[in-house]
Amino acid sequence: MNQKETFKGSNDYVVSNELMNAVNIAMALEKPLLIKGEPGTGKTMLAQAISKALDKKLIIWNIKSTTKAQDGLYVYDVVQRLYDSQFGTDGVDDIKKYVKMGKLGEAFSSDEQVILLIDEIDKADLEFPNDLLWELDKMEFYIPETKETVKAKKRPIVIITSNAEKELPDAFLRRCIFHYIQFPDKPLMEEIIKVHFDNLDQKLLDSVMEVFYWIRDLSSINKKPSTSEVIDWIQALEIGGIPAEKIKEEIPFAGVLLKKNEDLDTLERSRRRFRA
Amino acid sequence: MFTSFFYLLRSKGLDVSLNEWLTLMEALDKDLAHNSLTGFYYLSRSILVKSESDFDKFDGAFLEYFKDIQTYEELPKELIDWLNNPKEKKNNYDKAQDEKNLSLSLQEIQKMLLERLKEQDSEHNGGSYWVGTGGMSVFGNNGNASNGIRVGGVSRRHSAMQVAGERQFRDFRNDTVLDLRQFQMAFRRLRQFSSRIDAPKTELDVDATIDETCNNAGNLKVVYGRPRKNTVKVLLLMDSGGSMDYYSSLCSALFQAVQKSSHFKDLKVFYFHNCIYSMLYKDPYCMYGNWVETEWVLKNISSDYKVIIVGDASMEPSELFGSSYYNYGARNETPGIEYLKRFKEKYKHLVWLNPIVDLGWRTGYWRQTYDAIKAEFDMYPLTVQSLDKAIKKLMVSK
Repeated sequence: MNQKETFKGSNDYVVSNELMNAVNIAMALEKPLLIKGEPGTGKTMLAQAISKALDKKLIIWNIKSTTKAQDGLYVYDVVQRLYDSQFGTDGVDDIKKYVKMGKLGEAFSSDEQVILLIDEIDKADLEFPNDLLWELDKMEFYIPETKETVKAKKRPIVIITSNAEKELPDAFLRRCIFHYIQFPDKPLMEEIIKVHFDNLDQKLLDSVMEVFYWIRDLSSINKKPSTSEVIDWIQALEIGGIPAEKIKEEIPFAGVLLKKNEDLDTLERSRRRFRA
Repeated sequence: MFTSFFYLLRSKGLDVSLNEWLTLMEALDKDLAHNSLTGFYYLSRSILVKSESDFDKFDGAFLEYFKDIQTYEELPKELIDWLNNPKEKKNNYDKAQDEKNLSLSLQEIQKMLLERLKEQDSEHNGGSYWVGTGGMSVFGNNGNASNGIRVGGVSRRHSAMQVAGERQFRDFRNDTVLDLRQFQMAFRRLRQFSSRIDAPKTELDVDATIDETCNNAGNLKVVYGRPRKNTVKVLLLMDSGGSMDYYSSLCSALFQAVQKSSHFKDLKVFYFHNCIYSMLYKDPYCMYGNWVETEWVLKNISSDYKVIIVGDASMEPSELFGSSYYNYGARNETPGIEYLKRFKEKYKHLVWLNPIVDLGWRTGYWRQTYDAIKAEFDMYPLTVQSLDKAIKKLMVSK
C-alpha cells in the first residue's frame, strides 16, 4: 500500500483519534473539512498543527461580518488605476498590475500544496458560503478583467471552522467532511495540559482537574471555562506558588477561569454549598 | 453496498443526499474505513452527517442497522486490573485473524469469552486466542482486532457499537425547546430584501459610480440607487395569562427576540386572553379599556403582514365556541372561533406557535379546543425544528 501523507497530531497539539481520522478522510477525499465545536476546543489551532506536522504553508483567511466571497478571490483596484492614469504612471494599460489576489487566490496560485484555513465562516453573511461553492469544488475561478482563470496548481487542504452562530446552507454542507470537536474528557485534557507544561506536579494537576470539571458541570454557569482558560489558570497558580491542597479549598484566581461577574457569584454560592 | 442503510438514514429524518452517499462509496474504495466497523462509523458519520444535532439520529439508525449492543456478564476484578495495565503493545495486526474475527457474531464472541474465561489461568499479552492486552483476540484491552468485546480499560479505539450506544449527542437534538438566541436566529430568516420599494434613490452606488466614471474617461459621474431593505411586516398576537403562565419565560424569550429583530419593516404586537374576541389588548395585562377593536385591526392592517399567533389553544370549549363569553369587559355575540377564522381568511401568511410540546396531562376539554384550533391553523410546537418550519411557512406563499 502506498503510504500517503497522513496527519498524526503534532508535538504541541493533542488530537483525538476521531479528529485525526476526519482530517485524514478529508485529505484523502480532497474535500474541505468543516470543524465545529465549543469555543476553546482548539479549532483554529488544528490548522496550525496540520501545517506544522505536514510541513506545509498555512494561509489563514479570517472571516468578519463584512467579508464577501469576492474578497477571498481577488480585488481589482480600479481607484488606484484611475489615479495612476491621471498622472501618466507607467503600466496603466496592464490590468494585471491592479488585480490583487485574496487569500483563496493566494492558495490557488501557490506552487506548493498549502493549508487554507477559513476561520469562523459563520461570522459572514448567510449567503457567503454559497458564493464559494464553485470555487471550493473546482478549485478555480475566473477573472473577467484579465480574462484569466486561476486554477489551483496543487489542491490546497481546506479547513473551515464554525462557531455555529449561523446555520450553513445545505448545498455547502454537502460538499464538506464534518467533524464536531467535543470538549476533551479528563484524560485527554491531562494530555493537553502536559503538552503545555513540563514537570507539572501531579497532585496540583489532579486538584486542578477536579475543580475545573466541577465548575464546568455547574449548570448555572453562563460561560463555561475552556482549555485556554485552564492553561492560563495553571500558569497563574504556578506563578503564585499555590500548594495543591489550597486549590480545592479556596479556588484562587477564579477570575482567570470565569470572565463574568454573575458566574463568579454563582461559583461563590455553589462553593459554600459544596463545603457544607 | 449498504444501500438499505442509506434508506434507513433517510427514513430517520437525516437529509442524506446521493452526492454524499457516492462520496462515502469513494471513501470505502480508498479503504478509509480501515476495514473496521468503528472506522466505518466515523467515516460515514463525518461524510453523511453535517450537524452535531443530527449525531443522535445517526447513532440511533446505526444501532438499528448493525443490531443492538449487548451486555456481558461481570468479570473477576483481577482480570480487569491486569487488562487495565497493558504490558506491551505490539504492532501485530493480522488481517487473516481479523477477518476470522469479523465473521463472528456478538453472541458467538460472548460465548467464546465465557468459555475462555473458564480455561484461562494466566496473563496473556499480544496473542490472538486468549483474553489479553495488545493482541488480535476478539476480547481484551487495547488490542488491534476490529471487533469484539473490550474487557476493562479506557477505550482508545472506541468500538463503534459502544460509541453509538452511548448516544452522547442526545442533548444536541434539535427537537428541544428554545432559548433567546435560537429565536433570534430563526427570526433573522424572516426577511425579504427588495430595492423595489417606494423610496427615492438616495444610496450612493459605489461600484456603478466607479464604472461610470471610468467609462467617462475619468470625469466623476455619480450614480445613486434605491436602498435595499427588508420588506417583511409582522403582526404578533400573543395569548397572555391563565394557562399561558406556565410558558411565560419561553414566551418572553420569543417576544424579546421578535422585538430585537430590528430588521422588520414594521412590527405590531397585540395580546388576547385565551382566544381572540372583539377586542385586542395593547399590553399583556389585558386591562379593561386598554384595547383596540379587532375589527379595526382586520381592516387597517393589510394582508401582506405575516401573522404569528402564540397561544396554547387550551381553554374551556365554551370560550372558543360559545357566544357572549365574558372577556375582561369585552362582550360580543360572535364566538371566538369566528374571529380566528376571519384572521385566517384575511392573512395568507399565518402560523400558530404553541408552547405545548408534549400534550401529556392535557386531556378532556383542554384537548378539545386544542384539536379544533389545530384543525384550522398551521400549528407548530415551539422547538427548534418546528420553529424553522413555521418561519419557512411564513415566507412561502402557499
